[in-house]
Amino acid sequence: MTSSQKLSIGPLLFHWTPERRRDFYFRMADEAPVDSVHLGEVVCSKRSPFFDPMIPEVAERLQKAGKEVVLSTLALVTSEREMEALAGAADAGLMVEVNDVAGIPALNGQPFVVGPYVNLFNEDTLKVFAGLGAVRACLHVEASAQMAALLSKAKGDMELEMMVFGRLPLTVSARCYHARAHGLAKDSCQYVCGLDADGKPVDTLDGQNILIVNGTETMSHGYVELAAKLPELREIGIGRMRLMPQDADMVAVASLWRNALDGKISPDETGSRLRELCPDVPFVDGYWQGREGLAWSGDEAE
Amino acid sequence: MNEPYLELVCPAGTPAALRAAVDAGADTVYCGFRDETNARNFPGLNFDRREMKEGIAYAHAKGRKVLIAINTFPKAGNAQPWHRAVDDAHSLGADAIILADIGLLDYAHRTHPGQRLHLSVQAAASNASAIAFYRDRFDVKRVVLPRVLTVDEIAKLTREIGVETEVFAFGGLCVMAEGRCALSSYLTGTSPNSQGACAPASHVRYDEEGGKLLSRLGGITINSFEKNEPAGYPTPCKGRFVADGKTSYLFEDPVSLNTIDILPQLKAAGVKALKIEGRQRGKAYVAEVVGTFRKAIDQLAGGHGGAVGAGALSQHSEGGRQTTGAYKKSWR
Repeated sequence: MTSSQKLSIGPLLFHWTPERRRDFYFRMADEAPVDSVHLGEVVCSKRSPFFDPMIPEVAERLQKAGKEVVLSTLALVTSEREMEALAGAADAGLMVEVNDVAGIPALNGQPFVVGPYVNLFNEDTLKVFAGLGAVRACLHVEASAQMAALLSKAKGDMELEMMVFGRLPLTVSARCYHARAHGLAKDSCQYVCGLDADGKPVDTLDGQNILIVNGTETMSHGYVELAAKLPELREIGIGRMRLMPQDADMVAVASLWRNALDGKISPDETGSRLRELCPDVPFVDGYWQGREGLAWSGDEAE
Repeated sequence: MNEPYLELVCPAGTPAALRAAVDAGADTVYCGFRDETNARNFPGLNFDRREMKEGIAYAHAKGRKVLIAINTFPKAGNAQPWHRAVDDAHSLGADAIILADIGLLDYAHRTHPGQRLHLSVQAAASNASAIAFYRDRFDVKRVVLPRVLTVDEIAKLTREIGVETEVFAFGGLCVMAEGRCALSSYLTGTSPNSQGACAPASHVRYDEEGGKLLSRLGGITINSFEKNEPAGYPTPCKGRFVADGKTSYLFEDPVSLNTIDILPQLKAAGVKALKIEGRQRGKAYVAEVVGTFRKAIDQLAGGHGGAVGAGALSQHSEGGRQTTGAYKKSWR
């Protein structure tokens, strides 16, 4: 059985070196059983010049491997230069994922993907986006199963996507907290975010790991992990599962998910093998349950 | 030179605060209904329909305006309370309705075409293209800018977009892009986006442990205070955290936004309105902050900018400390 559900690799949110980034995407092209791969800088426009020159080469390799390439755009657009980058994305000949409403007029009616940074919480908003040319929407990090089911009923021809693996982007700021943690400002950041391939851990005063700082973005320390919810995701009508690139063996993660979607391994086994791949990171699924995001339903079974 | 008159937009969490703000010289008051349709959904705050009607009558009798904030994101499957809030705000005579959700803007624009609409800061429209989208699509007349822009960026935007801009002038400082922060819901399960409360009181706890007072949100420790240290409220972005073994206010120190010293620059940037934050504050606070800003704006209009200094409101600032936040690029 081959599932009609699709798999995507979401935008890489961390500041890896251009070479590591390129090699990551080449591996995705050659080895990862996924349908779509997202390129583009979402977190900080200061990082863009490093990898942007490699995008055409990487996109070509991915497309030759039969993958759809989606260009994800910046989550918080404030400067002229960032607006120009949006216009450039619209002309790149690729499907564009909009993470700031600014991207919609910039696309001049081209079909687009609504990214998870856009506040899409209800059917009325979904319908407005559909009318503007949205063909797909990746649901907000706060989306619960209930919200996903209600949006699915209203989606018409649109496809819904869900982040099912990886750190959740919880918020963006004008300020760079990575730089601030090093006693620096954003303007003179020395690209210290590049020191942490999976983000910089932020712990509570009791030593509890809860958050991750990644440049101007703050993320969940735990990886969202929804393998056990796969039957529910299918039932609701979520057509595409998004795996967020982490400092982990993403080919192995994608292969597990592919096998799970194709019914070759059970959701539970998928979960336990993901646990083996990422032994040191807590998993979370609270938002999907309609609870605090950091909750984990696996706790109740243990 | 024909600079715009700086309109003073003031918070009212209660009918008493509304009257206090009007009496202290607010040009405009903003408030919300007592439910999850507005972003300050805290117990004991906000207006029922009768109070709103009376508040609008009080303000209008004195030639002032009332804006009604319906600035949370309607929940899937339950748009009705938000639609009703928009209908009621319109029929009660709101001078403008402040909205954030695209679906709700669409509803308001279609259902009440003549109604003046403002874009809430919760929509996080931080650039000309996003603002143009809301202007062209929903005929939004004013945008409340998120606290992520410098004064220079605000000046440029205001020149380009052809709609009025309103900026935060005083009060609590959201350090994340407003309307795009899930830190509180990640810890509590209650969403500021759709339920209107960041760090809801129901999830706040103070515990004494080892001679220290710990503040917690959803069971997560946000801060620890020594005996004589004033204990702050556990808003996640205002806590003490540990990164690289170093304990600090990683996101923001306890501090309040105060723009009194940069009012001339904001005015020169073409800003139309100054917003005072604090719908959860009492009427004494509202009266004093509004009165001080009234004086500063009037002095500026009379060519005496700078006579009222930032120190005038230091006792109303968190930790007694003040900042101009993102308005100065160095803050980033």
